[in-house]
Amino acid sequence: MADRQELRLLGDTPKAVSRRRFIQGVIAGGAAVSSAAYLFRSSAVHGAGDTGGRLITLNVNGQRRRADVMKQETLAWTLRYKLGLTGTKLGCDRGECGACTVLLDDVPHYSCSVLTHTVRDQKVLTIEGLANPDGTLHPIQQGIIDEQGFQCAFCMSGFIMASVGFLKTTPNPTRSELAHGISGNLCRCQDYDKILTSLMRGAENMREVNHVDVG
Amino acid sequence: MSTSDNERQYGPQYKLIGKNYVTADLYAKVTGKSKYAEDFRAEGMLFCKLLLSPVPHGRVKRIDASEALAMPGVRAILTADDLPAPADTVTDNGTVIKASKWGERGLTMEPVYQGEPILAVAAVDELTAAEAVERIHIDFERLPFVVDPLDTLRPGGPNPRTDGNVWVTPPGGQPAVQELKWTDADFAETKYGRLPMGKTPDEWSYGDLDAGFKNAALVLDETFVTPDVSHQTLETRSAMAYWQNGKVYLHSGTQSTAQTRTAIARWLNMDADKIVFISEYTGGGFGSKVTGGVSMIIAALLSKKVNAPVMMRISREEETFIGRARPGFQGRMKVGFSKEGRILALDMFVISDNGPYDAQGDAPTSGHMVSLLYQPQAMRWRGVTALTNTPPRSAQSSPGGLQGITITEPIIAKAARKLGVDQVAIRYINCPEGKAPYGPPVQGKLQHATSAFLKDALQRGAEQFKWQERIARSPKRMGSKVRGVGVALSCYVGGTIGFDGLLVITPEGRIQFQSGIGNLGTESVIDVHRAGAEVLGVPWEKCDVVWGDTSKHFPYTCVSGGSQTTHAMTRAAYAVAMDAKQKLQEIAAKSLGGNPEDYEVANERVFRKGSGSGITFAQAAQRAIELGGKYDGHEAPADVNKMTKASIAALAGQGLVAAARDNYPRDGNTHSYVASFAEIEVDVETGKYYIVDFLAYADVGTVIHPRALGGQVLGRSILGIGHAIGQKWVFDPHYGEMVSKRFYQNRPPTILDVPVDMQWGALDIPDPETPVGARGIGEPPVGGACASILNALSDALGDEIFQRAPVNADTILTSLEAGRPMQHPLMAHI
Repeated sequence: MADRQELRLLGDTPKAVSRRRFIQGVIAGGAAVSSAAYLFRSSAVHGAGDTGGRLITLNVNGQRRRADVMKQETLAWTLRYKLGLTGTKLGCDRGECGACTVLLDDVPHYSCSVLTHTVRDQKVLTIEGLANPDGTLHPIQQGIIDEQGFQCAFCMSGFIMASVGFLKTTPNPTRSELAHGISGNLCRCQDYDKILTSLMRGAENMREVNHVDVG
Repeated sequence: MSTSDNERQYGPQYKLIGKNYVTADLYAKVTGKSKYAEDFRAEGMLFCKLLLSPVPHGRVKRIDASEALAMPGVRAILTADDLPAPADTVTDNGTVIKASKWGERGLTMEPVYQGEPILAVAAVDELTAAEAVERIHIDFERLPFVVDPLDTLRPGGPNPRTDGNVWVTPPGGQPAVQELKWTDADFAETKYGRLPMGKTPDEWSYGDLDAGFKNAALVLDETFVTPDVSHQTLETRSAMAYWQNGKVYLHSGTQSTAQTRTAIARWLNMDADKIVFISEYTGGGFGSKVTGGVSMIIAALLSKKVNAPVMMRISREEETFIGRARPGFQGRMKVGFSKEGRILALDMFVISDNGPYDAQGDAPTSGHMVSLLYQPQAMRWRGVTALTNTPPRSAQSSPGGLQGITITEPIIAKAARKLGVDQVAIRYINCPEGKAPYGPPVQGKLQHATSAFLKDALQRGAEQFKWQERIARSPKRMGSKVRGVGVALSCYVGGTIGFDGLLVITPEGRIQFQSGIGNLGTESVIDVHRAGAEVLGVPWEKCDVVWGDTSKHFPYTCVSGGSQTTHAMTRAAYAVAMDAKQKLQEIAAKSLGGNPEDYEVANERVFRKGSGSGITFAQAAQRAIELGGKYDGHEAPADVNKMTKASIAALAGQGLVAAARDNYPRDGNTHSYVASFAEIEVDVETGKYYIVDFLAYADVGTVIHPRALGGQVLGRSILGIGHAIGQKWVFDPHYGEMVSKRFYQNRPPTILDVPVDMQWGALDIPDPETPVGARGIGEPPVGGACASILNALSDALGDEIFQRAPVNADTILTSLEAGRPMQHPLMAHI
């Protein structure tokens, strides 16, 4: 009975069914396709169309990662629930807070507002991929350690990714310039002053690291 | 460079207290490894979605979930019928809480606000659960509702709950909902834009009010409305639950790891020892997660029902409804000033918009704070805690303090202008000092503070802010830009007493502090134990702090609300370190002969004074295990809390187990204080304004961790500033529908709303009534920050611009043009 219902929901093509069964066998996340539109119904980005998931390959933190992704699935959802990268946070679900910021080809994006299937050709960098594999922190992360930046830190990975992206184009900012660069991120602990101090320290760390590299 | 106090040396006599260091939770945060509730996964985990009430007040007549339950992947629904019935319970300290028929239970068949959860659906994924919610049909019987407290107080006004509209607390009893209606004669005041002042359930006074007003050189009578502001923690109150061997494991955010387990036990009506609560990282609280949120039991009960783990991811929109907010006030205050500006008489009247559930203390607390902060020679306070069909409220950073200060400060600023007294000077002569008295009177006597050095903070702050230079600057106006400066006083409760400390000295020679404090990022969860390490003279590298999981055994710990923690838990840390020291000395005497007092503790050793022969901490811990009894936790002190006793028993045999209750005496009640300074620039052609400079100078006793303190002083200041510059609730009164649901409609301040170089300072004068001298800081900066912005605005634009907060560009433009405040003077939620 359940199969018959799902068949109806999925459409009649055997291909869809087989994909469907495959997904069920691999992960739980792709079930109930007809409902997919609900969460995104109010977003202009997403149509109400439905299809099953599809297996795609992403470049995340320098690794090739395979994931079964629904057509209307956001990158934030894929990172958190398919790839286990929970350092990227969902704060508002809708592009208002910046907690889900990641870099796509070095440019900061709200991953809650990016469809996963659109980033197949891009390099995705999340907070988990920022430190060196040997554990050495990125200079921005080190700046936060040095200055005890942030309080609850739920917004922190978004701020870090936004500032790493901003500093790639503006490596030597004033406090005011850096504040503008990260103004798409909300901190409800309102620890902005300490955040800015720690990110400025991070920017300084970055310049020193780069200087050493050149020397 | 901002945070100028970063470079200052605090506590030169200490090795750890007053010093910056790297907290143990920071590495996990910067690398994204720190796990918040929604980051946990479990085998076979289902997802849950809530069905929220579309009506502000009604009864569920019929639920048809057949279509939803027939959907593939849908496992179960949970309604209020599945919740345990309210029962009498006992808190950790033995207080009995009687079951209340008005209490919030998580789900309901009689919704009392739009957005209240009616039921929850569990399904294989979140989209299926959401779709199932859409397919559930509910018939509601609509009931009368009200969103403005004044509307329910009117003769014949609707009641937000079927049996009443105000909370009344009998002396020594629990609050009860009763009906209160004022008269048409009371409401005649509204014609003049003044708050009607009918009879109130609560009132207190001291001094000769009439004489004060008679002798006053100036009397002002002002009406002022403060906004409802949501907590908007960036981490919503998501929860994940599963059951294993008869125990429930719950992951959610909290402001107290130790006490949340007891709250869950109360909500689930089960034994606390069957509950494991995990909360290593919490994404903001500000009063909205004091013992977590009752909604977390939905995940627990659904999990039990379907026999699978359940993730309840709360969306931002759901959080808007169930995530708590500060009660807005409609207030009125009459103040009599001497010609020097001293407050001779102060008559305060407030209506607190409580929402539909538990009675909040904001209204009474507002009177307490105003009395302490401005030291009026005579004062009366009257208040109503009114219910409305708007989302539930809870304490928010400086509950009642922000509202009281925000109502009072603009009146003082206006009086200073009328009397020709400097704004800093008028605050100086009204400032609390030393063991300052305050109301309400208890058994006919005023209460008093442990200490107050606010005059020093005001003076030093004025110097650092270059107050005299700024007010002398002219012209104030350049083109369309006008500058204004404002100063405000601020205070709040800064600590409680009587909690327990617990630590283990391990056979490896490490000091393990058991911390039941919630981890909100203020770092008190770790910071307070530095006071214990200081007493023992151990390097911090030899210390571990265990936190965030009730299966790890915590002592009875205060909740991190009301700025209690730094005071309460440094006392407990000091007490337990003294106990450890005593035990070390006793063990040394037993091992090496002589008396305990012949030994001293230093350099991770306990050794004979003079000769130096002794044993290491590691050896002492091993010896403690051999001795057993009180030394390794097999016996517990008689006076510690039962929670602490259970934890001591669980840790017994692991090393030298030290435990102690904070029994230190205290004369007075602990408060902390802040002097806040702001300069703003308004463009009178656009109404837009920005904050040019801001300084908060704090009197918080001994500084424990300067960077963390700076984060609190400025962070909570900005939370207060949000109330001045834009945050509020807006309701459609016709449908009882909230229209300010998302960040973009009710945006907390962003990094661009505040100066890039904010300043803070701290006196670092120890409070004389606590061993370490430290007081709390979460709430005290909030009210003063908000009021300093309002005072700067009236300095720039005059007294006829606003009589409510927040002050937006449209308020400024319309009021400037009309020459009088143009917003509705009384209506809530506009």
